[in-house]
Amino acid sequence: MSRQSNRTTDSKKMNSELFTLTYGALVTQLCKDYENDEEVNKQLDKMGYNIGVRLIEDFLARSSIGRCQDFRETADVIAKVAFKMYLGITPSVTNWSPAGDEFSLILENNPLVDFVELPDNHSTLIYSNLLCGVLRGALEMVQMAVDVRFAQDTLRGDNVTEIRMKFIKRIEENLPAGDD
Amino acid sequence: PSLHLPRRMADEAPFQILHNEVIQYIYTSAENGETENGRNITKLENMGFRVGQGLIERLTKDTARFKDELDIMKFICKDFWTCVFKKQIDNLRTNHQGIYVLQDNKFRLLGQLSAGKQYLDQAPKYLAFTCGLVRGALSNLGVKSIVTAEVSIMPACKPLVIHRQVTY
Repeated sequence: MSRQSNRTTDSKKMNSELFTLTYGALVTQLCKDYENDEEVNKQLDKMGYNIGVRLIEDFLARSSIGRCQDFRETADVIAKVAFKMYLGITPSVTNWSPAGDEFSLILENNPLVDFVELPDNHSTLIYSNLLCGVLRGALEMVQMAVDVRFAQDTLRGDNVTEIRMKFIKRIEENLPAGDD
Repeated sequence: PSLHLPRRMADEAPFQILHNEVIQYIYTSAENGETENGRNITKLENMGFRVGQGLIERLTKDTARFKDELDIMKFICKDFWTCVFKKQIDNLRTNHQGIYVLQDNKFRLLGQLSAGKQYLDQAPKYLAFTCGLVRGALSNLGVKSIVTAEVSIMPACKPLVIHRQVTY
């Protein structure tokens, strides 16, 4: 069986597996360290925030996307550029609120959870909660305060994974960032 | 206008940043002190071990069996290292008696550290996961090993030397 033919594809796919496997090891470690799922969820969000704050630089440098005009454009960039670039998937953007300040990202499949099953005693674990923190941290660096949460999760029995994003407010550039 | 970055695939940054964050987490959730440091290094190494096992399983699914130990080490140096670090090991040496030295002249996971004493003090934290990766990969290929790593103090390049010793 030849393994030469798809070397580049394999290599790229494998590298995303490096991330997902490492992420899995991290979640496992957090579950060991913390008493309950709520604590793990919080920690994942916090770490995600720290990652987002740094990842945005890589994203902006790599994608040469200019400033988004509005939240709709932001949503499109997140789904069609960022998710594609880093996770290799393009979630759909739906369920806009009438005010245009809230939308959903629907992920048919979530690469982070390939081969993952939640054990029975972790039914309230939001396994991919890192993503919420990443989005929140990244957007804060481009002057947007947002609220991000999982509305549906295939690991917890839903058909799709749904991330709900809500625009809170614009952050003035010369104020210090929110969390630390 | 985008910055001119060295050519690398977009999926490198997430792992590097995650790796850093994992290290920060392990170290801030523990107290300072010698025993803690050792425990943290072990935690990181063990995480790397599990990931290395998982990764090598995927990578060698369609591969024919390896001829011998050297063949395995070459695979680690080429395919495995490329998968993880987007480059091959720069230099492989062996004494043909179970000790292998792998050298990476531009080890990617030390990026945040500046040269100097801090560099040497902090480096082990940034090497532990990778040592585990290699040990885990080898383990799944049927090879028991002890993997250690060190860095040189030269600021220009950041060589990583891995000693792998087969234990019987």
